[in-house]
Amino acid sequence: MNTSAWIELVLFVGLLAAITPPMGRYLEQVLDPGGRTWLDPVVRPVERWTLRLLGRDATADHDWKRYASAMLVFSLVSCGFTYGVLRLQHWLPLNPQGLGPLSPDLALNTAVSFTTNTNWQGYGGEGTMSYFSQMVALTLHNFTSAAVGIGVAAALIRGIARSSTRTLGNFWVDLVRITYYLLVPLSLVFAVVLVSQGVVQNFKPYLHARLLEPYSVDGETKDADGEPVVGRRTVEEQILVQGPMASQVAIKMLGTNGGGFTNANAAHPFENPTPLSNFLQMLSIFAIGSGLTHTLGRATRNPGHGWTLWSAMMILFVAGALACGWAETRGNSIHQALGVAAADGNMEGKEVRFGVFNSALFATVTTDASCGAVNAMHDSFTALGGLVALFNMELGEVVVGGVGAGLYGMLVFVVLAVFIAGLMVGRTPEYLGKKIQAYEVKMAMLSLLVLSVSILGFSAWAAVSPWGLAGLNNAGPHGLSEILYAFTSATANNGSAFAGLGANTPGYNLTLGIAMWVGRFLMIIPILALAGSLAGKKAGAPGMGTFPVAGPTFLILLIGTVVLVGALNFLPVLALGPVVEHFLTGMGRLY
Amino acid sequence: MKEFLSQLRGALAATVVLAAVTCGLYPMAVWVLAQTLFPNSANGSLLVDGSGTVRGSRRIGQGFTSPRYFLPRPSAAGVSGYDATASGGSNLGPLSMKLRDAVRDRIAAYRAMNGLPETESVPADAVTASGSGLDPHISLRNASLQAPRVARLRGLDPARVQELIRRHTEFPAAGFLGEPGVNVLTLNRALDAR
Repeated sequence: MNTSAWIELVLFVGLLAAITPPMGRYLEQVLDPGGRTWLDPVVRPVERWTLRLLGRDATADHDWKRYASAMLVFSLVSCGFTYGVLRLQHWLPLNPQGLGPLSPDLALNTAVSFTTNTNWQGYGGEGTMSYFSQMVALTLHNFTSAAVGIGVAAALIRGIARSSTRTLGNFWVDLVRITYYLLVPLSLVFAVVLVSQGVVQNFKPYLHARLLEPYSVDGETKDADGEPVVGRRTVEEQILVQGPMASQVAIKMLGTNGGGFTNANAAHPFENPTPLSNFLQMLSIFAIGSGLTHTLGRATRNPGHGWTLWSAMMILFVAGALACGWAETRGNSIHQALGVAAADGNMEGKEVRFGVFNSALFATVTTDASCGAVNAMHDSFTALGGLVALFNMELGEVVVGGVGAGLYGMLVFVVLAVFIAGLMVGRTPEYLGKKIQAYEVKMAMLSLLVLSVSILGFSAWAAVSPWGLAGLNNAGPHGLSEILYAFTSATANNGSAFAGLGANTPGYNLTLGIAMWVGRFLMIIPILALAGSLAGKKAGAPGMGTFPVAGPTFLILLIGTVVLVGALNFLPVLALGPVVEHFLTGMGRLY
Repeated sequence: MKEFLSQLRGALAATVVLAAVTCGLYPMAVWVLAQTLFPNSANGSLLVDGSGTVRGSRRIGQGFTSPRYFLPRPSAAGVSGYDATASGGSNLGPLSMKLRDAVRDRIAAYRAMNGLPETESVPADAVTASGSGLDPHISLRNASLQAPRVARLRGLDPARVQELIRRHTEFPAAGFLGEPGVNVLTLNRALDAR
């Protein structure tokens, strides 16, 4: 890592710290149904009209069960809508390439993937999805799944801040307000900034460019009209992908969705053209999740608590970024022995304009948050670089995390940390004046166990099944990593991949679909139950024996809980995958 | 049941209205702003020749094989590389034999083509595939090592070629964001224009 890398890292964390308070205050207004923003004159009437259209359910505050069922019904309906669009895209408008419908299992996988804020791409992007599918079927969820995540976090914050009540707010009001006041305006501005850097935004058919130097190819290829050709032929044209990219890229980052317009995602020069667009995309992935910690601090009248959570996240983030940056800068000793310049680091799967450090930093950001957009191919990272990405996701996406999801995931660890501290000093654990009892701890553990059961269970099944092994692009320990990465990414709702894995098969589409659904909703439901239970408790005044949830002691305890409780389950399998791979790289063993 | 029906109505209405706003109004608004403020970028930063033919995009790399041109990075996009409808990387891991063999062969070819001694290391970007398979850039060192060959084959003054490389280099934003890269497509176009 050189000086530029250090300057960039410091600037990144500094800017994030600077935008956190204003973002947190703005979120507070958005999440309060009576809150005021400077967009009110324009958006307020539209909000009222929308809520009237949604009907009676969008009026009063609900308890946790009603909040949860509204969220589930909405997720199922919108998931069905997307499934329908993907299956019927050949009959729908805005399909200048004449792309056919998706297979049932791929359409199901994709619909679930976007509903759960995962954006796992079983499909190839530019070769599969019409403009209509991209713009409607997928972008809808980029907004709503982000809004659902933020809404659940808001419900949990209300549960913590309120006392002796049953209500956690109204799901529909949260959904609409978050979309209208937060996500759409931010995305609009960000999309235009991205266009200024070179991201395309149009509705033209793919362009045919005449190559400077035509070349010939052998074997089966596709001609300019996409028809397969066998034999030797001369290629004279390059077909340039077009489409409404900027509008989708902006929300895929801000909403930590990560589903790219193209197969190469943010490595594609049209999606992420310059180092500046790259920097802003990384910042936008963290922006809302970081702001939410401040919203929590304000809602609980304990700003230090918010900053303590934020600091824990940043310490884990910087540690990951440094480890990944170091591993990728060191490069691959097997290739260096052949004559590759050691100073250049590992460039396989990386873009020259970003270089090694920006690729490692992006990989850390995208796996810390549950974004899953990639600007370099994680499959080709060094063993330890890939390990950082896997480890980040297995912590449960709590290092800033997905919008909303990161905060409620981190609050689960807060409950556990308080519980562990209570056990150590022999007092009833309290969180901000509320007693933490068996029910809360059970709900917290339930939401964590889902993660390990789904990741380890499905990975083990795939690793011994023909359908699981058929898709491998790499043999040896890296093959196990490919499988593990897929189910980790799906369950944690990340969506990035060791993309060599050929996962567009019925076996993977279905199991990954289940893993995504389980990882999203079996986590959210216990968390809403936890929120409901906390809301019903009376908040006592903090006394001598209350463990303070702000400050360095709690910070250390929280990081310890995240690392030990979060990752311990995964150490054995990580040892079999990336750790073994690292030592084999040193020995020069190939597969 | 009554509760479920009112939730179902909410869900259906929310899907339709939010789709109209986020998938209709929003991308259209971005489209109008993009086409008004940055039409060149929004339409793909195209390179058009004198006769109005599109020759490519400044941001998307093209494959070159003739030694008279600067050669881009290896590409895993599509069967033949630089297929802009099939972006992607090789996805081969660090222990891949296939990748090791490819890197070994590319190093030999690069050394032979540019007259490099066995003792001199080869730039990593010259022998590895990019993530998108459409990387338009090569590193500064890669370009300088290729410059004498291109100058010789085109009968150009080497200093003139170095000057062209410099002109087609994109430097890090604000001096520290990203890495410098030489745009192979615009550089080769400039060579042809001479």
